[in-house]
Amino acid sequence: MGQVATLLAQRIALSLLLLFLVSILIFVGTIILPGDVAQSILGQSATPEALANLRAELGLNDPPLTRYFAWLGGILQGDLGTALTSGQDIATSIGTRLGNTLFLAFWAAVVAVPLAIFLGLLAVRYRDRWPDKLISAVTLASISIPEFLIGYLLMYFISVRLGWFPSVAMTNDSMGFWDKLNAIALPVMVLTLVVLAHMMRMTRAAILNVMQSAYIETAELKGLSGLDVIRKHAFPNAIAPIVNVVMLNLAYLVVGVVVIEVVFVYPGMGQYLVDHVSKRDVPVVQACGLIFAAVYIGLNMVADIVSILSNPRLRHPK
Amino acid sequence: MSDPFVRVRGLKIGATVYPPGEKPHDIEIVHGVDFDLQKGQVLGLIGESGAGKSTIGLATMAYGRGGVEITGGEVWVNGRDILQSGLRDVRQLRGAEVTYVSQSAAASFNPAKKIMEQVTEAAIRHNKFSRREAEERAVALFTKLGLPDPENIGNRYPHQVSGGQLQRCMTALALCPEPDLVVFDEPTTALDVTTQIDVLAAIKEAIRDTGVAALYITHDLAVVAQVSDRIMVLRMGDMVECGPTDQIINAPQQEYTQALVSVRSIKHAEQEPTTEPVLTVRDITARYPGTRYDVLRDVNVDLHPGQTLAVVGESGSGKSTLARVITGLLPPSGGSIDFAGRRLSPTLAGRSLEDLRELQMIYQMADTAMNPRQTVGTIIGRPLEFYFGLKGREKQKRIQELLDEIELGDGFQDRYPAELSGGQKQRVCIARALAAKPKIIICDEVTSALDPLVADGILKLLLELQKIEGVAYLFITHDLATVRAIADSIAVMYQGKVQRYGGKTEVLSPPFDDYTDLLLSSVPEMKLGWLEDVIAHRKMESAGN
Repeated sequence: MGQVATLLAQRIALSLLLLFLVSILIFVGTIILPGDVAQSILGQSATPEALANLRAELGLNDPPLTRYFAWLGGILQGDLGTALTSGQDIATSIGTRLGNTLFLAFWAAVVAVPLAIFLGLLAVRYRDRWPDKLISAVTLASISIPEFLIGYLLMYFISVRLGWFPSVAMTNDSMGFWDKLNAIALPVMVLTLVVLAHMMRMTRAAILNVMQSAYIETAELKGLSGLDVIRKHAFPNAIAPIVNVVMLNLAYLVVGVVVIEVVFVYPGMGQYLVDHVSKRDVPVVQACGLIFAAVYIGLNMVADIVSILSNPRLRHPK
Repeated sequence: MSDPFVRVRGLKIGATVYPPGEKPHDIEIVHGVDFDLQKGQVLGLIGESGAGKSTIGLATMAYGRGGVEITGGEVWVNGRDILQSGLRDVRQLRGAEVTYVSQSAAASFNPAKKIMEQVTEAAIRHNKFSRREAEERAVALFTKLGLPDPENIGNRYPHQVSGGQLQRCMTALALCPEPDLVVFDEPTTALDVTTQIDVLAAIKEAIRDTGVAALYITHDLAVVAQVSDRIMVLRMGDMVECGPTDQIINAPQQEYTQALVSVRSIKHAEQEPTTEPVLTVRDITARYPGTRYDVLRDVNVDLHPGQTLAVVGESGSGKSTLARVITGLLPPSGGSIDFAGRRLSPTLAGRSLEDLRELQMIYQMADTAMNPRQTVGTIIGRPLEFYFGLKGREKQKRIQELLDEIELGDGFQDRYPAELSGGQKQRVCIARALAAKPKIIICDEVTSALDPLVADGILKLLLELQKIEGVAYLFITHDLATVRAIADSIAVMYQGKVQRYGGKTEVLSPPFDDYTDLLLSSVPEMKLGWLEDVIAHRKMESAGN
């Protein structure tokens, strides 16, 4: 196990280092942007004295390095700062919204990942025959249409014409679990359609690659059925690339849902971020950026760890 | 006699080929083959590559590899024509009635699953045994096949056991569902010779004890003579001859079979060293960067002008590493190399153009040693330009001379490597090495990838060229028959050390050290009962100790 432990420790250390570098990038990025926070809070008609006072109060006059470490130190203690525009604690506001975003991403993943892998297996089983072509065509089409368009189309047909699910995914804490699920049904569908093609095609390619191996012939000569050969012998050897693409898509589900949240008026991170970008609320943008980066890096780290653990040569050394 | 268990009549097999620059078209690779096989009998299928032997073996499972398709004939197994059966019925046959042992167990085991699960899978899938019964049976087979720790070896993953052990596990996999027929497809070809003999003995014993019928496919007549009751000789998809093993080995009827039996007929008398050695390797020790283990330890050998030093050993013995050190690709950590009276720089960068020219190399895989987009003329012309600055008509003349020397004649200059056969490719590589007018050519397993008759031709050519050009060969090989054929002196390598070194006659005559004895006695001989004799002899010896 020694070798695996070392590899895993390396992965985790590398991820933390990466996150640290990203935090620098986010901080530097937000301070080199033109514009002045104090100005945008107080408006064009503010007096120079008021601006200077506010700057001093916000600590905008300190050297960047001091500000960076103050910010980083706060984050490490769970303090993301306060929003400039509303004066609210960012951690509290983000808490509920991140919860909502994760809720939506989770259910989208629960539907999309098994479906994508199943369709991938099916496409391999019937490769170059009509089921494979149909699956490829439909998933490709769904990824090619912009997600907001799919969103509006589903809203019109499913919600307005059929009246099955609400067109607006407004949720709040007083709603029960099933009410919430009902509310997010449409965004989950859209997200599923968006991430399905990528995962399904990668599954198909990874398994087809494994299907060239001599041990697949061995399995076929044992008299196993086509689906058994794929499920028992090809899939376990294709896990690493599949997990990689699944994690990339999960990251997208968390980080990339901005458009969908806006379309469905869903109270998640995306909407929160968009609101505060337009108000030039730097601490909120920084906090959101860092959280998105952490999610992205964290999920990719999980993918790396799974592919290390799924390699029998590493798991069971000689 | 009852109906044969396997009856094949007029078997025709075709494939779609995709030649470069041409339209894909169908060709026939087996042109109507007939044979019968009784229960408990072993039929050896023998032939060179492209003879169709694997294809015929797989046809008894109604299976075609890649684009291969069975186009005609009948294959009766257990009283039914399996070519007329549907896929569902064929799947009932595969893994239950007929099983398969492939050449490379390392590739044929799923790396992600434990050995036991894979060995018992077919038996359980076909409801032949319960899981517990199948596992007990597997352990019994592991024991019979002489695997170490048979109770627990099934809990390991394929990469955790050695190549020879895995090949025996593959045999256990094939025997576990109690099949009526096992197709052995070159099951010992990828193994070292000392490992091969154990696996061969284990397979033979397992066949005898289980009373299973077997098709034994190989290109090695000496191996097939040990296990088969009857032998069928194939060539280019046609049967050449079929008969009892004794008759095929001792009284072959057809000319082609006679050639196969008498292959390695080269007689090369050992030459005594007359002058100073052209290459002196002294106390060479080497390891690969980043490792803590010496691959070569205190290697000392000499090579005399115009002679052949054979470096022989099994995989991992360090023989190819020695070539890398001599060519400068791997600087040694200790020792020195003298070449033509001067000290060679340990690194490639420190060597002069003259050093490089006089030390040429030929590789095992002629395919990958040539640029597929260059013509034969360009490939051979390159060293002429590079070392001698030859151009134009002069260069053309020299290229043609070299082509004549390797017996390829006119019309080959403009061909691409893909248009040549395996033997022709290796000949072009020889010409390219000769073009530099070297003092030494290092030949690294140059005949290992070739069919016996073709390899024989290459060896004859090399000896011929040695006489004309006076070039010395450092001949690296694992094949003792090749060594016997062409060497003047021999270095036997084992675990990075030279185990035994001297003139050919001396090295190959007793008294032997233990390893050389084991190595020499493991080389299959083309006579009946050889395997039993060796095994009995070894048992007696170990009992005596």
